[in-house]
Amino acid sequence: MRKRSPVASIALHATLIAASFIAVFPIAWVALTSLKTGNGQWAHPGDFSHLNFGNYTRVLNDTDFVTWFRNSIVISVGTMALAVFIAATCGYAVSRMRFPGYRATMWLLLVVQMFPIAVLIVPLYNLMSKLHMVNSYSGLILVYCTTAVPYCAWMLKGYFDTIPIEIDEAGKVDGLNPFGTFWRLVLPLARPGLAVVAFYSFLTAWAEVAFANTFMQSSDKYTLAVGLRTFVSQYKGEWGLMTASSVLIAIPAAVMFLLVQRNLVAGLTSGSAKG
Amino acid sequence: MGVIRRSLDKYWYGWAMAAPVVLVMLVLVGYPFAWGVYLSTTNADESNIGHDIGVNHIPPSYKSVGLHNYWDILSGHDGHFYSTLSWTLIWTFLNVFCHITIGLGLAILLNRGIRFRAGYRLMLILPWAIPGFVAAFAWRLLYNDNGVFNAVLKYFGMHGVQWLSQPTSAKIAVIAVNVWMGVPFMMVSFLGGLQTIPSELYEAAEMDGATAWQRFRMVTLPGLRPVMMTVTLLGVIWTFNKFDVIFLVTEGGPAGSTDILVTHAYQVAFQNIRQYAEAASYGVVILSMLIVFATVYRRSQAKLEVQA
Repeated sequence: MRKRSPVASIALHATLIAASFIAVFPIAWVALTSLKTGNGQWAHPGDFSHLNFGNYTRVLNDTDFVTWFRNSIVISVGTMALAVFIAATCGYAVSRMRFPGYRATMWLLLVVQMFPIAVLIVPLYNLMSKLHMVNSYSGLILVYCTTAVPYCAWMLKGYFDTIPIEIDEAGKVDGLNPFGTFWRLVLPLARPGLAVVAFYSFLTAWAEVAFANTFMQSSDKYTLAVGLRTFVSQYKGEWGLMTASSVLIAIPAAVMFLLVQRNLVAGLTSGSAKG
Repeated sequence: MGVIRRSLDKYWYGWAMAAPVVLVMLVLVGYPFAWGVYLSTTNADESNIGHDIGVNHIPPSYKSVGLHNYWDILSGHDGHFYSTLSWTLIWTFLNVFCHITIGLGLAILLNRGIRFRAGYRLMLILPWAIPGFVAAFAWRLLYNDNGVFNAVLKYFGMHGVQWLSQPTSAKIAVIAVNVWMGVPFMMVSFLGGLQTIPSELYEAAEMDGATAWQRFRMVTLPGLRPVMMTVTLLGVIWTFNKFDVIFLVTEGGPAGSTDILVTHAYQVAFQNIRQYAEAASYGVVILSMLIVFATVYRRSQAKLEVQA
């Protein structure tokens, strides 16, 4: 690599510092505001005189935050488990086997990912109210599977494609049927891929807004995305509560995300590029 | 009979393993979709959809109206479609354009041997790492009339702006939020793409006396084509359907001026009197547009590939 001139070097770092500042500032500002306790303190951006953890104790003790957090966990874990479980076999089938209906299956997996919520939300709402599954965990989990399942199957196909076919052949030679090969040989090798799709389906459920907002109707069933909205509405602005709970949500999410993000991107772009 | 028998023997495993997903898709997507298309040809709304009040079951009483809903939307009769559509197109174009140019620029900067590279990367990726709804609320705090943006403006002796109460500033505001949220994904995708371009190509180009701009145009861009194609397609589809930013930051306001098609359809379906049929028609219109776009895009890219 050639030597950069000092001017070019400064310009490079200046650009990156400016960009990093823009990326971090909103988050840092929320974290800072969350420490400003007292009514309306958030509305004085320049005043940092009352910094303590008062908002956090209020969020944990005086609101339904803990309930919402638990609801979000239950629904996200449920979505993750169900989606990964049924998507794995399908991903394997379209990766290794050619059967009549193969192309149709691939097409289905791709097109369903394009469905805007606006198409499905009304009929799903009508369907769920008929089945009395509005305002229930299982209803929302099923609804989330509409997006999580095709995505997981699509991405797992990409991952299974990278596992050498010789493994399957060795299994065949040893007398395993295709299920046995899949279960005993391929699935253990695909653990990293499974972890990524599991994480991704967890995240989609965790951060979803539109369905949760419509389907969950009482505060004891709200997810975080719905519950947080009640802190700031037309009538009130509890930004202290809002910022404190934002920090409580963002920290575990960000840590987990940063741990797996490299795999996430690789799977995402390689899977769709090959299609 | 023999044919079925033989193909069953041969394909049994493939079918059995693909069946759960296909089944789930048919039940959870296929059936509701068919139901939605059917609803779009009726006049179903909150009052006539049929529901239970206590133990009494009130049967549905909506009836077929043919293609009236579609006519209502596409002729501009409903008074929202074309204004919402044009804003949706502007929204999608500006967002994807900014995502790609900023993402590509940052990826190229990060792809050089510089100090603190890992640190920059970590900070730049942060907007992607936190849940979208948290980010949306964070920006609402910044845009608040008593927020930090107005505090800075006032500090420099200017008037504060009511960011989310005027159509133009609200539009700029939501685009800024979405650009902020979307750049990291593009940046990381392009970084991955850049690393697949062999460095010999750059050396050869330099040997031939190519300028930096020529190297970018002749080596970098062609090398990034596969990634570019995928992320553009994904970016357009995601942005077109981007519900949470608009819904959480402005709720489509002021007066529907920041509503894109998806949020507008949602408002029609669930706000005030629930117009289920009209919302379903909107959904079908949105989906048709996306499918046409994806097909045309893939075809045109395939054609380019053949020429190249």
